[in-house]
Amino acid sequence: MSAPDFDSLSVEAASVLRQPSAWDRVRQSGSVRLGGLVLLLLVLIALAAPWLGTVDPSLFDPASRDLLPGKTGEITTLEGETLKHRFLMGSDSFGRDIYSRVIYGTQVSLIVGLFTAIVAMALGILFGLLAGFLRWLDGPLMRVMDGVMAIPAILIAISLVAMWRGSLSTVVVAIAIPEIPRVTRLVRSLVLSIREEPYVEAAVSLGTPTWKIMGRHILPNCVAPLVVQGTFICASGILTEAILSFLGVGLPPDIPTWGNVMAEGRAQFNEYPHNIFFPGIFLALTVLAVNILGDGLRDTLDPKMAKRV
Amino acid sequence: MTVSAHQTILEVRDLTIALPSDGDRSTAVRKVSFTVGRGEIVCLVGESGSGKSVIAQGVMGLLPKTLPVTSGQILLQGEDITHAPLSRLRELRATRMSMIFQEPMTALNPVMTCGDQIDEVLSQHSRLSPLERREKVLAIVREVLLPDPERMVASYPHQLSGGQRQRIMIAMALVLDPVLLIADEPTTALDVTTQAQILKLVLDLQHRHGAGVLFITHDFGVVAEVAHRVAVLRLGDLVEVGLKHDVLQRPQHAYTKMLIGAVPTLHLKQRPLDADAPVVLKVQRLAKTYVDKRWIGPDRSVHAAQDVSFEIRRGQTLGIVGESGSGKSTVARCIVRLVDPSAGAVLLGSEDIAMMSVAQLRPLRRRVQIVFQDPYRSLNPRRTVAQAMVEGPMNYGLGRADALQRARSLLALVRMDASAMDRYPHQFSGGQRQRICIARALMMEPELLVADEAVSALDVSVQAQVLELFEEIRSRLNLAMLFITHDLRVASQVCDQLAVMSQGRVVEYGPAHQVFGAPQHEYTRALFAAAPGRDFAFGA
Repeated sequence: MSAPDFDSLSVEAASVLRQPSAWDRVRQSGSVRLGGLVLLLLVLIALAAPWLGTVDPSLFDPASRDLLPGKTGEITTLEGETLKHRFLMGSDSFGRDIYSRVIYGTQVSLIVGLFTAIVAMALGILFGLLAGFLRWLDGPLMRVMDGVMAIPAILIAISLVAMWRGSLSTVVVAIAIPEIPRVTRLVRSLVLSIREEPYVEAAVSLGTPTWKIMGRHILPNCVAPLVVQGTFICASGILTEAILSFLGVGLPPDIPTWGNVMAEGRAQFNEYPHNIFFPGIFLALTVLAVNILGDGLRDTLDPKMAKRV
Repeated sequence: MTVSAHQTILEVRDLTIALPSDGDRSTAVRKVSFTVGRGEIVCLVGESGSGKSVIAQGVMGLLPKTLPVTSGQILLQGEDITHAPLSRLRELRATRMSMIFQEPMTALNPVMTCGDQIDEVLSQHSRLSPLERREKVLAIVREVLLPDPERMVASYPHQLSGGQRQRIMIAMALVLDPVLLIADEPTTALDVTTQAQILKLVLDLQHRHGAGVLFITHDFGVVAEVAHRVAVLRLGDLVEVGLKHDVLQRPQHAYTKMLIGAVPTLHLKQRPLDADAPVVLKVQRLAKTYVDKRWIGPDRSVHAAQDVSFEIRRGQTLGIVGESGSGKSTVARCIVRLVDPSAGAVLLGSEDIAMMSVAQLRPLRRRVQIVFQDPYRSLNPRRTVAQAMVEGPMNYGLGRADALQRARSLLALVRMDASAMDRYPHQFSGGQRQRICIARALMMEPELLVADEAVSALDVSVQAQVLELFEEIRSRLNLAMLFITHDLRVASQVCDQLAVMSQGRVVEYGPAHQVFGAPQHEYTRALFAAAPGRDFAFGA
């Protein structure tokens, strides 16, 4: 029945596509490169903040109030020394250096973004796996998630911070909680579709215990959409933190965050727009970079989702 | 059947269509030439990736921008339409050439009634009044032999069966009497009895309308049923064109010879059976009912399988054949306990696993293993072949080194190189992946191997190889096998016993030679009569 020259004639062997690996596609994506580059720059700025010609962001000097960008003035250190300082981005109504506050603010924003994503993903993955695998828990758990989704994210965050007092960790948790339902839904839907895949059924018939199936076969195949979702949570976390600070319900005003800087500049926006302009630029740039990175990752890692959205 | 192309309708001359630069070859089709005459059916045959659908799209002017025609000509009744503007192509489609597709559910608009969809073709391309159009719609629906035309015209696609939808597609394609009909695998998604009816319909209509038909298929049985002339494609090259009888019985090119040699015959391969071999699996009155519990009103239930009984002895193969929805896969999944049976017994040796709890079942799972239909989804894309293969035995306490040792010897058994161990599934073709899946199942040293449509997704030449592998494994390891398939040709090659299922019940069960030789049940007879190309003697 079989022809001896099967191998030379078979179309099959020749038709195995030489597909570039996912990692190759990611590296070649323009959006990933652009977003990643800008983000890398911001991380470097955050790490190198003390050496970028900044002063302690909480220092102030009544003599240098409301300076325009580029003006030189004086600033007093905690030891009482008075230094000559060039206010690259001007100063606020307390005489604090906006450049230093914005640069140090980068640290806060990136930390908030990163940790919000981590917290929301960790809890979302846990709940999603539970809902997808334990059918009896699915209904109750998902209704709770629906309930959380029904309340505007910013309202939940404001009330949580108000309950716990503002600190970095409470702000992160407060921002992460409204994001959890979305991750849960994503993971649940992925689990429900992947658990029907023949390779999962094969694992069942190979006697693999359920928890191993989750860790070995299901979770690794959820990674691509989760990474994409993670970047979007990161971007929205950064934005929400700025909103909370701007509204005065986020981190305490003495901590330099972009939202705090903008909140202080709000009253004098007409005369001294630089108070809002510079942190605003940084905020927009950061969120844009994370979103572009996320778009690029989605297009390369998760082509099906790219077509849908 | 005069096949001299006294009036050429379609002429394809030296057609070359490029592939994007990241493809596995530079051209989708290369210097392909053939003609379709009036009243002639030309079958374009090839395995997946041969470029047969690309040619159809090229003729219809439906090629995506990434696949440009780089040279050659397409002439429709003498008019060069290779680079015709969109407006001209739009005029030609439906009026002079039309196409039917593989999957009628996705080719029809789900939110328009079937009548409106046929009517749309008429209103776009003719100046008939609404009343005349309605008459014409009903006439064509009658012509494709749909029952109760009034009701069909008012139905939405999802309310019709697959065969009825394909008839609507055909009605839509023929309503304006085109001179060329392109059929792209029009019966591949259909059951064999429906396929037989649709093929007959296409033949009748083609005969009556005198259109030329370009019929694309991978199935030589279908070719034997419908073709006047056959063109064989291999990786974008046309390797052979000729009259049906010449190509199918005296193929010239080595590739055609191999393809036709790989078509499973309907002749049983008989071999002596040991009637005293121990019974490995005994299924008694197995039933599976899916119940849809509802808040209001009575629960709805579907009887996927009812009263199914059979047994398999060591070293023998039981085939379950049936059409989609017959319950054959449900039975297989109940035996592997991927779904829980509702009633009945599944005796594995002396133990009844039908109602066992998960914990009780665990030690017994290794004795029954399954190979699935889709080789692309049967392996976790993120785990290497070695990881996939050692997973099972290591669940039962075998050491990694021993498991790897066994994996290597089993890869050799399924004729895969040992270098496959560290590679990922995407680096293999469908046939290779199916071999890996078989090896993975054998890692457990099962007593019973279940093959659920395990060769259905494979191209015919690969299918022949995998079938041969199954046969070899069964005899070498003295395994019992349960072989689920919709394809009678495949069943005739491997089965010792045969069970025919229809609507959840076994309608006929017995030794294969008896079921094939003297089918008792009406449904079995219908199934055999519908097998395409059953009377045709293929010669390699």
